[in-house]
Amino acid sequence: MAYISEKTHPNPSAAELRARIPGWGADLDPVNRPSFPRERRDLDSGAHWDYPEEQPRDPSREKSIEHLQLTPVYGTAQPLKGFSGAIRRFAYERFSEARAAHWLLLILGDRVDAIEEHLRSFATLRPDNPITQTGVLSEFRRHPIKSRFGSKRADVKHMWLDPILVAGPWVLAGYVVYRVFRGKKG
Amino acid sequence: MVYRGPYKVRVEEKDIPRIEHPNDAIVRVTKAAICGSDLHLYHGLMTDLRIGHTFGHEFIGIVHEVGSSVQNLKVGDRVMVPFNIYCGSCFFCARGLWSNCHNVNANATAVGGIYGYSHTTGGFDGGQADYVRVPFADVGPAIIPDWLDEEDALLMTDALSTGYFGAQLGDIVEGDTVVVLGAGPVGLYAAKSAWLMGAGRVIVVDHLDYRLEKAATFAHAETINFAEVDDLIVLLKKETDGLGADVVIEAVGAEADGNLLQHITGSKLKLQGGSPIALNWAIDGVRKGGTVSILGAYGPIFSAIKFGDAVNKGLTLRMNQAPVKRQWPRLLEHIKAGYLKPSDIVTHRIPLEHIAEGYHMFSSKLDGCIKTIVLPSAA
Repeated sequence: MAYISEKTHPNPSAAELRARIPGWGADLDPVNRPSFPRERRDLDSGAHWDYPEEQPRDPSREKSIEHLQLTPVYGTAQPLKGFSGAIRRFAYERFSEARAAHWLLLILGDRVDAIEEHLRSFATLRPDNPITQTGVLSEFRRHPIKSRFGSKRADVKHMWLDPILVAGPWVLAGYVVYRVFRGKKG
Repeated sequence: MVYRGPYKVRVEEKDIPRIEHPNDAIVRVTKAAICGSDLHLYHGLMTDLRIGHTFGHEFIGIVHEVGSSVQNLKVGDRVMVPFNIYCGSCFFCARGLWSNCHNVNANATAVGGIYGYSHTTGGFDGGQADYVRVPFADVGPAIIPDWLDEEDALLMTDALSTGYFGAQLGDIVEGDTVVVLGAGPVGLYAAKSAWLMGAGRVIVVDHLDYRLEKAATFAHAETINFAEVDDLIVLLKKETDGLGADVVIEAVGAEADGNLLQHITGSKLKLQGGSPIALNWAIDGVRKGGTVSILGAYGPIFSAIKFGDAVNKGLTLRMNQAPVKRQWPRLLEHIKAGYLKPSDIVTHRIPLEHIAEGYHMFSSKLDGCIKTIVLPSAA
């Protein structure tokens, strides 16, 4: 096929599309598009302040060093704690968001947090249970075979990895505990 | 619900959140939804995701309590809450960039505040819960119109607004060929919205047949199952006179499939800020001088993106988190006119107590799952 100045196979006409597709072209004019232009100064956000009142300051609240101050509103959902908290605080206080070390330390903090919290849960009446918490027990109600096979699904190729990623650390931890206790007995 | 580590969630009792700022509201959640981007959290892909965090950035509810400076809402109001948390007055909010607020996320400057989306987006618990703290109650939430179906209202809090916004980012002109990568909720809404902008042809790409069937019926789109073709880009070129699409909308994000190496390094081993397969297909599949609209969520570290080809093709890459509330007036008109019926894509409704099942089903794409609505026990 030769490359020419117009599309060789033009798309259907506006009249044809308008008849077939409900609302076709309703926002054809960019003026009707609410995000056009991207930046506008004439929108009413509802704010009745130039600068909002500040949430009571918590001096221990971590913040990005790219911020010039703690933001006037901040989340308080899960304050830093434990060794994972120390790792995360170091990531925030030492490295900007531009540094890979910032994010890699936060990823490390996430994994340490998971270990700390799993261990802590074993000292409670509701220890972590990877069987119920992964929802795998619902498999049989949700057509596991029909859903996964019989059509081409790209993710079936790597599904075998998921149980290893989820159960692997638990099996490994169990093996380490087993070896420690056996070592003590021996 | 609370996060208990990658692939693990459960329901726990937490205290009802309290007013922490004079413009806070506490909302009793009546409906929430699981978003595709919640799966990035569920799989442990987002950074600074702390054990005990409550997910959920798509929710509606009833105002339970308001802070002393709240003027626009009162106790008992039925509200829909955009996923963006924003002050409405900072440099960015003053310019309409309501998803890029500088006054709500202490943990990062690159991203605004989002409910239930890790401490990287501010450390606010989300709405897959009985109650949620809603900062800047005079700015974000809006009262649900009496005529609007509650599920439609819920879907406006993110998925519909994001898909509609993504079609706008494509700068579609009359007759454009638009390819949408991903037939999840956002991709379906983006495909449907592309017609509103005047697209001449809409093609949706995915690997799940049941979702492609929905793309055909709900969004009137042509469909391609990329797992059934040898080379998606060659097929797209053949379909577009060898040119490529005028616009490609990427509605997949960090866990894209289609290249085993990229998926495993980006999504499973977390060595990239997400799997860049869909981004690279967008760059390869769009025509020279074309526009790529990026809606997919990615982590903050580097990804292996084919930037050289994007430069050589002279592409326009447009992206952002959707400033949700800017979309609402026009979307309400479209819903009222019958052009959009957002809840047509809802496949499952589950009680909050079954949240682990809900996440597993959505993550594993079981039972024809496209969109799951979560019903809190206090609803």
